[in-house]
Amino acid sequence: MNIHEYQAKQIFKKYGVPTPKGIMVESVKDAVKAAEQLGGPVWVVKAQIHAGGRGLGGGVKLAKSLEEVETLADEILGMTLVTHQTTAEGKLVQKLYIEDGADIKEELYLSVVLDRKLEMPLIMASTEGGMNIEDVAEKTPEKIITVPVDPAIGFQSFHGRELAFGLGLTDKDEQKNIINFAKKLYKVYIDNDAEMIEINPLVKTGKGEFIALDGKMGFDNSALGRHPDIAEMRDLTEEDADELEAAKYGLSYVALDGEIGCMVNGAGLAMGTMDTINYMGGTPANFLDVGGSANAETVAKGFEIILKNPKVKAIFVNIFGGIVRCDRIANGIIEATKITDVNVPVIVRLDGTNAPEAAEILKNAKITNLIVGDDLGDGAAKAVAAAKGE
Amino acid sequence: MSILVNKDTKVIVQGFTGKEGSFHAEQCIAYGTNIVGGVTPNKGGQKHLDKPVFNTVREAIKATQATVSMIFVPPAFVGDAVMEAAEAGIELAVIITEGAPVKDMQMAKAHATKHGMKTIGPNCPGIITAEECKIGIMPGMIFKKGNIGLISKSGTLTYEGANQVCNEGYGITTAVGIGGDPIIGLSYNQILPMFEADSETEAIVMIGEIGGDLEIQAAKLIQKQITKPVVAFIAGQTAPKGKTMGHAGAIVSGSAGTAKEKMEALEAAGVKVVVSPAEIGKAIAEVLNKK
Repeated sequence: MNIHEYQAKQIFKKYGVPTPKGIMVESVKDAVKAAEQLGGPVWVVKAQIHAGGRGLGGGVKLAKSLEEVETLADEILGMTLVTHQTTAEGKLVQKLYIEDGADIKEELYLSVVLDRKLEMPLIMASTEGGMNIEDVAEKTPEKIITVPVDPAIGFQSFHGRELAFGLGLTDKDEQKNIINFAKKLYKVYIDNDAEMIEINPLVKTGKGEFIALDGKMGFDNSALGRHPDIAEMRDLTEEDADELEAAKYGLSYVALDGEIGCMVNGAGLAMGTMDTINYMGGTPANFLDVGGSANAETVAKGFEIILKNPKVKAIFVNIFGGIVRCDRIANGIIEATKITDVNVPVIVRLDGTNAPEAAEILKNAKITNLIVGDDLGDGAAKAVAAAKGE
Repeated sequence: MSILVNKDTKVIVQGFTGKEGSFHAEQCIAYGTNIVGGVTPNKGGQKHLDKPVFNTVREAIKATQATVSMIFVPPAFVGDAVMEAAEAGIELAVIITEGAPVKDMQMAKAHATKHGMKTIGPNCPGIITAEECKIGIMPGMIFKKGNIGLISKSGTLTYEGANQVCNEGYGITTAVGIGGDPIIGLSYNQILPMFEADSETEAIVMIGEIGGDLEIQAAKLIQKQITKPVVAFIAGQTAPKGKTMGHAGAIVSGSAGTAKEKMEALEAAGVKVVVSPAEIGKAIAEVLNKK
């Protein structure tokens, strides 16, 4: 789960991680009020969406007067922001963060992520702030400093020194400041079961202090149960409506661009099914994992979500029954076609436990647009042919 | 022969009396797994599925000499259960539970390693030595005894792969579902050498997916020390970037963790890489006929 910049900064403040003062608003009138309250003399008007690259997309602008705050708030609020991290359709800006201007001497980069290879949190820092860190990693990898922190010992001063010297800081106060900053940020990460925290840019002020000018946080969904305060920060308007609807029924759904709807049990087989369709010359319309306990209701819901997409020309149901019996799923499919109006060919491949019984059930059902696939390859081939109208 | 577990392996179940634990323990017993008891706090002294229940893992080991634990406790308690097993002297913990917090698994795995305990999972189907010992939730009847070792991040692709291998007239020595979480226990690089050393295993099926770099590490190891033929499939060639595909660990971050880079690395290491999982069985037949 991701949260907005203003929410990340609320959490930072609780832990004493320095950030500029700011107020979240949802209207132009409140934006001006917020600016008055902050006092100026300069403000930054920032679009709040869950995507990076907001500045380049025109969603972050500097205002030097209250009038300018008003003009910019009016311009940014309600705009559809397209960045390298959004879809091509972009994201509607519904919230603004009005923030004090900062005294920027240098822009740096700081993040905490999970290093899957080391199996521990990794602090990453760079003198190349304000840029896309992936580009920095590719072009000048020597400019990225990485410091792994073993959670069994936590953040120690030596971790901080590795960061400070890595960033080339020679002033003792500056060294102390960055060590303290990183120590607090690590605590934010650990205490809240964060998946990642990214501050880009991290600003060094004229006084040698460090301030989080931006703040991006993502959390481990599996740990949200023990962080009700963070779970509450979830902004459903930032998430895909179909994915949310699917999740309500225990379905894991991701929309894609193709023509063949997929309904599969298991994430790996679901991806493998998409790959097979692609390999056979078709295009998958979605990823959909029905999970281990597919029944008539979830299958019907799956059909409904897949068919919302007007591009879908055929549906491939690919189930490898393990503990779940195929005959039950076959009945589920028949029930589902009664609940939902399925107007495209449905190719069904059921293998595993009780597959012969399932084949018999489907054959006897005499549903006109239902085609049986013998195995994964055969089913995918038939789905590709059906989508092409063959 | 087989790897890690066989018909003599003594197994306990943590989370024995819960709904999932009970159902799957019963299936494992029916398969022939030597389940010698289970652990559920405050139910010590009772009998469940005709086996003794203990309050702690330490008590269970003392009474049964179990060496393996199958873990079904709810996600929030997995870390605790793994650490308990490690300290009590369990040698291998098979963690089936889905949705364990990543931070808990970091701590638990580090602790297990310190105590010399191997782990498999979490969020995995478990491990099965065909027709001998099933520790997990996979449908046992697909796994006919034979000479192919199988390692997979995905449950249903394990079944798909094993089924195809058996349909081609071969069978399975041991199949290990390692799970698709960001932090997992035994992985390709620990299990591949076990299959290499196993006299019965003649070829290996390796199923991976997008995210992380375990498959890239495996390619390096295969090049250096695996002489048996390996067939690999990497799921998620058509997955979009930055989206989690079902498994928490299955995500392409920026340009890292793509199916393409993994497939290329494996191919360069001499692995027979298939583009579709529908080709796994045929590919196994092909590499074995070439030998």
